[in-house]
Amino acid sequence: MAIVETRDVRKRFGDSIAVDGVDLATKEGEFLVLLGPSGCGKTTLLRMIAGLEKQTSGDILIGGQVVNDLPPRARKIAMVFQSYALYPHMTVAENIAFPLKAQGTPRAQIPEEVDRAANMFGIQRLLKRKPRQLSGGERQRVALARAMVRKPDVFLLDEPLSNLDAKLRTMARDELQHFQRRLGTTTVYVTHDQVEAMGLGDRIAVMNQGKVRQLGPPQQVYFDPADTFVAGFLGSPPMNFFHSDNTTAGFRPEHFLPKEVYQGVNEPKIDLWFSVDRVENLGADRLLYGHLRDTFQDEKVIVNLPSTLHLNIQPGAAYEFTIKEQDVKYFDRTSGKRVEPRPFWKRG
Amino acid sequence: MTTEARRATLAGRRTWRNRFADDETWLGRLMLAPAVVYIVALVGFPFVLALFYSVSNATVGTTGLRFVGLENFRQALDNPTFLRALRNTFIFALISQALVLVCATALALALQKEFRGKWFVRLLILLPWVAPISLGTIGWLWIFEPIYSVINWTLRSIGLFGPNTWPIWLGQPRLAMASVITVHVWRLLPLATIILLGGLSSIPQDIHDAAAIDGASFWRHHFQITVPLIRPILLVALMFGLIFAVTDMIVIYVLTRGGPYDQTQVLATLAFFTGIDGGDLAGGAAIALFLFPVLAATAVALLRLARRSEVV
Repeated sequence: MAIVETRDVRKRFGDSIAVDGVDLATKEGEFLVLLGPSGCGKTTLLRMIAGLEKQTSGDILIGGQVVNDLPPRARKIAMVFQSYALYPHMTVAENIAFPLKAQGTPRAQIPEEVDRAANMFGIQRLLKRKPRQLSGGERQRVALARAMVRKPDVFLLDEPLSNLDAKLRTMARDELQHFQRRLGTTTVYVTHDQVEAMGLGDRIAVMNQGKVRQLGPPQQVYFDPADTFVAGFLGSPPMNFFHSDNTTAGFRPEHFLPKEVYQGVNEPKIDLWFSVDRVENLGADRLLYGHLRDTFQDEKVIVNLPSTLHLNIQPGAAYEFTIKEQDVKYFDRTSGKRVEPRPFWKRG
Repeated sequence: MTTEARRATLAGRRTWRNRFADDETWLGRLMLAPAVVYIVALVGFPFVLALFYSVSNATVGTTGLRFVGLENFRQALDNPTFLRALRNTFIFALISQALVLVCATALALALQKEFRGKWFVRLLILLPWVAPISLGTIGWLWIFEPIYSVINWTLRSIGLFGPNTWPIWLGQPRLAMASVITVHVWRLLPLATIILLGGLSSIPQDIHDAAAIDGASFWRHHFQITVPLIRPILLVALMFGLIFAVTDMIVIYVLTRGGPYDQTQVLATLAFFTGIDGGDLAGGAAIALFLFPVLAATAVALLRLARRSEVV
């Protein structure tokens, strides 16, 4: 186990800056997720930690040791790729044995280690097959087994679930977290999928344009976003935003609810008239598309009602909706950074 | 013709053309026809003719032909020059192909990396393939020239050759074989390199990254990951190279004419000298066809092996 640390790491590709001064440090045994849209530099950062890419400047430390000049094999890391990168000409057993052979594990010990890894991921019956004979989920397990077989200090995972179908992905997510907890190995996980990030991470580092915009536990980045990018990137549907001269205010679609829902809640609240234009029934949730009747009529508002709220809401009508004051977040309009509450609501 | 009639004819023509263009069976046949005609006329017909000659008593001057069975083949086997040429063919083909494979792999690996002036190096490597073979080989003829050889003068001036060392590259038996092999390798290297570059670039970068992370050393990475993954293409390159080395005669014809004392004589040159220069069409055909069954079997075996080692 080890702590991974990056100190002011930068990476340039020609004129473009992929990673722009990232300072990060994992905790011992932590599951850290790098989350961001494609092209935000998260995979480049992971590849620099792995040693597959050399940073333009800055230091990378693994277990307290600067590893800038160490090749990947000397960094005691294991990596799982988005494509799994299984060696197509080798059987599953040979794939898992490859890192052991490469690091000079005694020949007699190898089958035992391979079995141990295969057992852990439930792939013993696949050992004689070639990767092309495996399903997506099986390949993913083989890739994980190959990664953990030589007991690395750090796991690096690059979108390992993105090639699985939706149903399998939920299961694989659960298993992945289970294995990570059991092994207690520090893990850095790259994804663009916020559901994965929220579900898996002990902490999430939200990245955009090469910078870390916010680092914190899932609940914190979701409910307490540091800026408009984080607020807008996390959550589906995204946060609703309203702009005044110098302030942007925002609230999450699931916090703006019919007035009767908040009855009996003794916290400062704001009541607003919400005109519903369209209703979308998604099964578990109902999405209401509309706008505020008295202010910000040009801003679209999306509301997410759990379908367990049996309220009759029809398109074309306006209803009284309520939001708790603490659920409204305020941001500086130019910098996008979070600021102290500056209420600017008007109610007709 | 009235406007109406003209319009009707045009429409008729268009439908005929459209119908033909839409009919994939006939269109396909039409498109393949030039290739088929070419192969039949320039490969198929001479091949059948050679088969026919090889079991006859054809000479340049005769008009009547007589069937003689396998007599020509038996005579060839009794001829010590033929046996020497047969041995030389194997030496020439196997050594040159081994060298081509090793050098082409090294070159392709080097050319995969990014470096300044890469396009220029690529151009230089492709040059032997683009230039006419006979022209390039004549260049080598001068390089190996007994009196003015650039190699000898260079090595002497830098002190590697003493005053009594002056190899006659194309005149001494072993050196002559080494020289023709060198030129043949020089000439086949571009094609093999390009084929292997294609193979190398088909390996996903992730696989190389995974091997680097798994701790594979250069040689382990090369022999356990890269080579097995390009094996199908490697085998195809090998097959082309082998067939080329066995059937082609330009390099040897220009450089040594099979000499000195038949030391670089191979079946292709011997067939030419016997059949065309010597006028013994039947004997030449028998020599030329002698390795055909072996080559055909090798090609089939290599292609099967290539298909079996295909992994993705």
